[in-house]
Amino acid sequence: MTALAPVAGATNTAILGIGSYRPSQVVPNADIVEAIDSSDEWIQQRSGIKSRRFATDEESVQMMSVASSRIAMERAGIEAAQVDGVIVATVTHMMQTPAVATMVAHELGLHRPVAFDISAACAGFCHGVALASDMIRGGSAKYVLVVGVERLSDILDRTDRGTAFIFGDGAGAVVVGPSDEPGIGPVVWGSDGEQQDLIRQREDWREVIASDNPRMPHLVMQGNAVFRWAAFEMAKVAHEALDRSGITADDLDVFVPHQANMRITDAMARSMKLPERVVIARDIAEQGNTSAASIPLALDRLVESGEAKSGDTALLIAFGAGLAYAAQVVKVP
Amino acid sequence: MADKTEIQADLATIVEEIAGVPADDVQMDKEFVADLDVDSLSMVEIVVAAEEKFGVRIPDDQVKNLKTVGDAVDFIDSAQA
Repeated sequence: MTALAPVAGATNTAILGIGSYRPSQVVPNADIVEAIDSSDEWIQQRSGIKSRRFATDEESVQMMSVASSRIAMERAGIEAAQVDGVIVATVTHMMQTPAVATMVAHELGLHRPVAFDISAACAGFCHGVALASDMIRGGSAKYVLVVGVERLSDILDRTDRGTAFIFGDGAGAVVVGPSDEPGIGPVVWGSDGEQQDLIRQREDWREVIASDNPRMPHLVMQGNAVFRWAAFEMAKVAHEALDRSGITADDLDVFVPHQANMRITDAMARSMKLPERVVIARDIAEQGNTSAASIPLALDRLVESGEAKSGDTALLIAFGAGLAYAAQVVKVP
Repeated sequence: MADKTEIQADLATIVEEIAGVPADDVQMDKEFVADLDVDSLSMVEIVVAAEEKFGVRIPDDQVKNLKTVGDAVDFIDSAQA
């Protein structure tokens, strides 16, 4: 019998650098309230959102991905020649094929890396980090770029009171690579397809084309049901991620939940009984909910402001359409 | 098994903790939205806390029928029976 060579990968992985891109158009609540017959106060009370950013035509999914990746690579001290994997998490790249990851890799001047997109909606970034880490530990890659990027303004129904004020655009990227000490803990992830209708594209593209008045199939969401699932079920997943990394909430320095809604973050923090000193990411106030981009954007803000320091222990948890979710404990780069 | 007065008292504590409404204001005839200014997201949190406290299940499609504190107390009381 012919024996195959054993697989040899890195024992430990870590996030080596992080970067983000915030689109140039700042859109305060005042600019969107008229179309939904609402008010700044109502929006802030329901979501904690004061403003969001919308991308211009030039700020494409590819452009924002490349911009955030360049910063992440520079901070990680990793050259283009070293990166052999690119994973882009997004649901708003409007070219269904090829994967935007291949375009990002080409523009960055990478040398034929494995490159693909993943569709896990708001949970996409944490899925990407888990995949990258496992690829490196499995010996399938060494340095992997993970990008979360969205232009949700493209699929937003500006007249829908349930979603128009929530979503925004942006990108965040990290470089994942081998490390001496464990820097990315085991992922706790899964999905609950029974609740697939809670957040989804309104209709199939073929139905759009067949209609008399074709228009973008917008994002639709049942907010209260999502709130219940996210605030309470996800707190249990968060605890499981802590358990699997062998730590407790008392060991945490930073909590970076998907920036879905400030009320979800507050309810999760309450039901998780996080110690007061744990820094909680609240990027949503100025950025809105940017789906797959929200966690790297929020973590990068904490790093840039000095609230999160290199080596801090951070819990990431992301959840969204599917309903898909993923959580892991990481060391702040 | 709690009687309705006890359910009301415990529910009032929950409403105070989550929505910041003084427990004394949480009377049977008060409407959550109109009188106590509890919004839909706080209502979800109250429902989940009540489920834990009273060991009952309050489905999403029932929540909209719970307009007053009395409605909620009656629902919890019958669900416990």
